[in-house]
Amino acid sequence: MAINFTLNGKPAEVDVAPDTPLLWVLRDELKMTGTKFGCGIAQCGACTVHFNGNAMRSCSLPVQAVAGQSVTTIEGEHSPEAKALQTAWEELAVYQCGYCQSGQLMSAVKLLRDKPKPSDEDIDQFMSGNICRCSTYQRIRAGIKQAASSLATEVVA
Amino acid sequence: MMSTQAGLSRRLFLIRSAQAGAGLTLGMSISGQLLAAGETGDFEPNAFVAIQADNTIVITIKHLEMGQGTFTGLATLIAEELDADWSQIKTVGAPANTKKYANLAMGLQLTGGSTAIANSYTQMREAGATAKAMLLAAAAERWKQPLSSLAVKSGKVIHTASGRQASFGELAAAAATQAMPKKITLKDPSEFVLIGKAKLSRKDSGKTDGTAIFTQDVQLPNMLTAVVAHPPLFGATLKSVDASQAKALPGVKAVVQIPSGVAVLAESFWQAKKGRDALKLQWTGGSERSSADIIADYKKLAEKPGLSAAKKGSVAPALASAKHVLEAEFEFPFLAHAAMEPMNCALQKTKSGVEMWYGCQGQSWDQQNVAKVFGIAPEQITINTLYAGGSFGRRATTLSDYPVELAEIVKAWGGPAPVKLVWTREDDTLSGYYRPMYVHKVTAALSASGELSAWQQRIVGQSIMGAGKSVDHTSVEGASNLPYAIPNLSVEAHNTQEAVPISWWRSVGSTHTAYAVETFIDELAHKAERDPVEFRLALLKDEPRYQGVLKLAANKAQWSKPLPEGHFRGVALHKSFGTYVAQVAEIAAQKDGRFKVVKVTCAVDCGVAVNPDVIAAQMEGGIGFGLSPLMFSEITLKDGKPEQRNFDAYKVLRMRHMPEVSVHIVPSAEAPTGVGEPGTPVIAPAVANALFAATGKRLRKLPAGGEYFTA
Ligand code: FES
Ligand code: FES
Repeated sequence: MAINFTLNGKPAEVDVAPDTPLLWVLRDELKMTGTKFGCGIAQCGACTVHFNGNAMRSCSLPVQAVAGQSVTTIEGEHSPEAKALQTAWEELAVYQCGYCQSGQLMSAVKLLRDKPKPSDEDIDQFMSGNICRCSTYQRIRAGIKQAASSLATEVVA
Repeated sequence: MMSTQAGLSRRLFLIRSAQAGAGLTLGMSISGQLLAAGETGDFEPNAFVAIQADNTIVITIKHLEMGQGTFTGLATLIAEELDADWSQIKTVGAPANTKKYANLAMGLQLTGGSTAIANSYTQMREAGATAKAMLLAAAAERWKQPLSSLAVKSGKVIHTASGRQASFGELAAAAATQAMPKKITLKDPSEFVLIGKAKLSRKDSGKTDGTAIFTQDVQLPNMLTAVVAHPPLFGATLKSVDASQAKALPGVKAVVQIPSGVAVLAESFWQAKKGRDALKLQWTGGSERSSADIIADYKKLAEKPGLSAAKKGSVAPALASAKHVLEAEFEFPFLAHAAMEPMNCALQKTKSGVEMWYGCQGQSWDQQNVAKVFGIAPEQITINTLYAGGSFGRRATTLSDYPVELAEIVKAWGGPAPVKLVWTREDDTLSGYYRPMYVHKVTAALSASGELSAWQQRIVGQSIMGAGKSVDHTSVEGASNLPYAIPNLSVEAHNTQEAVPISWWRSVGSTHTAYAVETFIDELAHKAERDPVEFRLALLKDEPRYQGVLKLAANKAQWSKPLPEGHFRGVALHKSFGTYVAQVAEIAAQKDGRFKVVKVTCAVDCGVAVNPDVIAAQMEGGIGFGLSPLMFSEITLKDGKPEQRNFDAYKVLRMRHMPEVSVHIVPSAEAPTGVGEPGTPVIAPAVANALFAATGKRLRKLPAGGEYFTA
């Protein structure tokens, strides 16, 4: 079945079984492998994308639900929030194996968009859906805070 | 001065530099990512450094990057002796070649045992120093100046008197024509510029924008995906298969029977998975033992003397004459590694053999085992080692379980296309290769004066090394080498047999020995009415490095300072893989009566601190990894079947559980030791000792679970 949606601002069309999770459409059909597979049951957040602006677990989103809607993946996420987070991630050497980090960053972008100055509780709440088996949590927290403050300075300047 | 044992061969240098004009020849490229260094001809052993005319230095890293920072660590060693500029360094993973890229601690191409820095420390530095000597010789020849008048700094050779300089890139071709230096001098640690520098940017790039290529991301022309139905019980075999429905599904190309199950090959993962789920399978045999059965048997064994792993003095009389005899039994469950990236592998048959792409941790084993499946020579197996999305030991197995599974699939199918084997999270969790279950029984005595006079520890569990009737050091490490001065000691082991495949799990034997030892020592300290830090220090009189980390951690955590209401602390100390770690854990009582680990103060002595920030990251990560099995992770068998299949039931640490960790490094000039594992085993006993301080109860069975922690 042909399904059309907007992916990273551009039209995309795929012809797959409608129950195929968006994650596998991205990875296998569209060859966009930045979004990762970790659990398949919305438990780990490795597959996080933005679906109409909301952070969603693409492993549990059948592609038919995406028809006519808008999806952003790590490959298309170039917002100021994303750039600030990526800079902080490199400066603080946040990642270890890196496998969870696309999902961590997509969640963090959404968090900063909703809460430009997130508290520790906000971070605990919003980021606890993203597992990092390397346990880089402390640096993820620091990275979010550093990105938040660099964005705040930009706005002021 | 030291002679070149492991420097670059002159021939390698010639070939690499000759290629430099046209850019380094790369073995293979996927999505523009470099996969292997220029393994195109007769390259000589110890092929680690290639300097290109464009001034890029490509460093071939012989160890798997799985998050532990080895691309950064090994590059630092070479760049240090080469006096390179950090920004000109690029890294690539080494191809499979045991001769060139063996782990010198093991004689195999294998990443594990926290040995990457330790085994490479001299080898990599020599590789860098040799290259530098040849660059210097080239500049001396070009400028007709004595060597003594030249210096090297940040990627440039400088003639000090005239200020004339040349980049490494400019000198590369001429350096290739120089004779190999007969002798090279390594720097004195006081001359280090990069080693020990607080922060160097990481050299495993592409991990913040989705461009880093993991096995899961490998795309090859016409590639099929394989998903496998495995037996429901360990040791079960296939009785019958009806694949008619599966074969009728769109995209399904083939269904093949292999020794480990039935594989469905399809054009995409989702099609293959649907095909797998549509198989009608009957299995026979297999173990139906539950965890409860296993524990009951182990407890019986713990009552009997076992194989002697360590012995000093005479335990029985010391126990008989003691003032206090304390006894405790500990239970440890199976644990899955649950690396973030489930196991996977890609393979293609080629004219000359087989080519593979994956986060390979044990190249030597995998080459041999895969070669056996195809009946070809190990050298005919080309392995492109990609980044691994974690491993924690899982990817290194002597039997190469999942690479062999893929090889069997490709062999049984017989088709020409490349195939990627993808395990789901459930496949990964159910696959076994767990940290074994263990029971420990510890009996210890305090004399009338409060001295620890006897220690007997029996450890019961499967032997990871398949030791049979001898002691497996991986079952007893951390107990058999107890640092505490105890006059009468006996550590014994019982090797058991179970159907469950088992494996090393980040810090191996220490995952359980450190817990039993450090919580029981704490118990003895309390019984003797002594401070737990002071009690340990008194037993460590001749162990300055143990003392060093313990004092540092206690000091930084302000051990003797009272805590706020509802806060409690515990301490633990352990050496593994040559690295000493002490941790003070602070917990806070929550409104619901449970606890949160809020703060961990960690001190580490790993010899020369090559990359302090990587060391800190590994301690933070190791602590987080060790908190999961303390709080909630376990695999339990019910009638032989694992009850946990995914992260909904196999619970692991999340952001809301992560304590604030501070890491303090003991300055040292000793040879460096590893840091990937040693942070892990210390945290569980430290927290358990804090729980005792809070509740007066000793936690003898892991995980602590919902009584103590909110998942
Ligand atoms: S793969 Fe989607 S949440 Fe884990
Ligand atoms: S960096 Fe490895 S799982 Fe997060």
